[in-house]
Amino acid sequence: MSQPDLIIHDEKDNVGVVVIETTKKGQDCSAWIMENDKTVKVSSLNEVPLGHKIALQNLKEGDTILKYGHDIGKVVKPIKKGEHVHVHNVKTKKW
Amino acid sequence: MDIPKSFLGYKRENGRAGTRNHVIILPVDDISNACAEAVANNIKGTIALPHSYGRLQFGADLELHFRTMIGTGKNPNVAAVIVIGIEPKWTKRIVEEIAKTGKPVEGFHIERTGDIGTIMKASKKAQEFSQWASEKQREECPLSDLWISVKCGESDTTSGLASNPTVGNLMEKLEPFGVHLCFGETSELTGAEKVCAARGATKEAQDKFMKTWSSYNDFILKEATNDLSESQPTAGNIAGGLTTIEEKAFGNFQKIGNLKFIDVLEPAEEPKKGKGLYFMDTSSAAAECVTLQAAGGFNIHLFPTGQGNIIGNPIEPVVKLTANPLTAKLMKEHVDCDVSKILSREMNLSQAGDELIKTMLRVANGRLTCAEALGHREFVMTKLYRSA
Repeated sequence: MSQPDLIIHDEKDNVGVVVIETTKKGQDCSAWIMENDKTVKVSSLNEVPLGHKIALQNLKEGDTILKYGHDIGKVVKPIKKGEHVHVHNVKTKKW
Repeated sequence: MDIPKSFLGYKRENGRAGTRNHVIILPVDDISNACAEAVANNIKGTIALPHSYGRLQFGADLELHFRTMIGTGKNPNVAAVIVIGIEPKWTKRIVEEIAKTGKPVEGFHIERTGDIGTIMKASKKAQEFSQWASEKQREECPLSDLWISVKCGESDTTSGLASNPTVGNLMEKLEPFGVHLCFGETSELTGAEKVCAARGATKEAQDKFMKTWSSYNDFILKEATNDLSESQPTAGNIAGGLTTIEEKAFGNFQKIGNLKFIDVLEPAEEPKKGKGLYFMDTSSAAAECVTLQAAGGFNIHLFPTGQGNIIGNPIEPVVKLTANPLTAKLMKEHVDCDVSKILSREMNLSQAGDELIKTMLRVANGRLTCAEALGHREFVMTKLYRSA
């Protein structure tokens, strides 16, 4: 049970949350999936701070971001696997 | 962990129990604040609850004002109440409703007397109440006397990962003891509204939730002038990594664990269907929400935070927890329970839930919360629309 760099809520999710102070560019991150207790690897393309999200796969405009296994918004700019996911490339489907 | 079956509380005349023993000076309206504060300054062991409204309100907005005033006075954390208003009629209405609990309450109005005369009369009564309340002793009360409300604030992704699920874990463990539980934040369930509605224990509760949420959402869409960025999520939420209202909503929703809610309450409405989990229609602004929950009769509050919300309430102790290691370190004086070790997997959710139960019971038994020690007394009335 080593300390993970990222935590993923649900197996279906396409983003993980950084739980260390910050990831380094090119860092090979271990991501723990809470739902099934598996660990996957993802390389961080940017420096991403604590609490922010990293894409677990390549995503194109119009794709849906899944977290908690649920729809939390739409991709508005293409996102590469390992890239920082936030307000610059994802928007709400509400409001 | 063996969960203690009781806590030390103040037994009240109507059978409820308090975790605190406040004597409050309650102004009916904004212009009576000065008088109420002067009385609280004169008489030690009392606190004034100044606020901004109470004049020329009408309809549902006025009813909510009365419900909040009356509910605050009736809360079992309050031993006795002095009500001060500008006019006799509304003052009397509040006094009469609070009196139904059997606790000492007395009203004073300022018109035809002025501040100084009112302060003198009210201070004499407040002194009597304060000395009477000071002799009240804590007694053993069953856990079911705890009415626990929850609300999160300045959330970030660590809230949804760990601190909110910790609250959910506590709810799952304490529900079998017959406690009352309450969550709210109507607007912050947007995106998770259908998943939340499905948690209604009955079709009636589910429909009532969807009706309540839709009405709030329609109002927001009507008043919005932009995409609500920086309001929902807040700038603090975004700094903490939350991107959309949907993401915030699913994090928020973790606070109720796997429980079902039995009823939907109006703002500041007292639950009437017995033990279990209730949803209350509230704003998602922290002080407004906790003020409404306290007025609904809840006597201890759990508040998970990510980036570090510092809120307190004058009558309902607010127990704060965080899973954000930076917040736990940099804002230590605001954190009653640190569950950040969940993120490093040095602590699991069940252990965190146990820690929160222990912390909450210490507070129920009398330990001051961080917010109480720091003097946080945010009493904020919810106003539905413009006054007449």
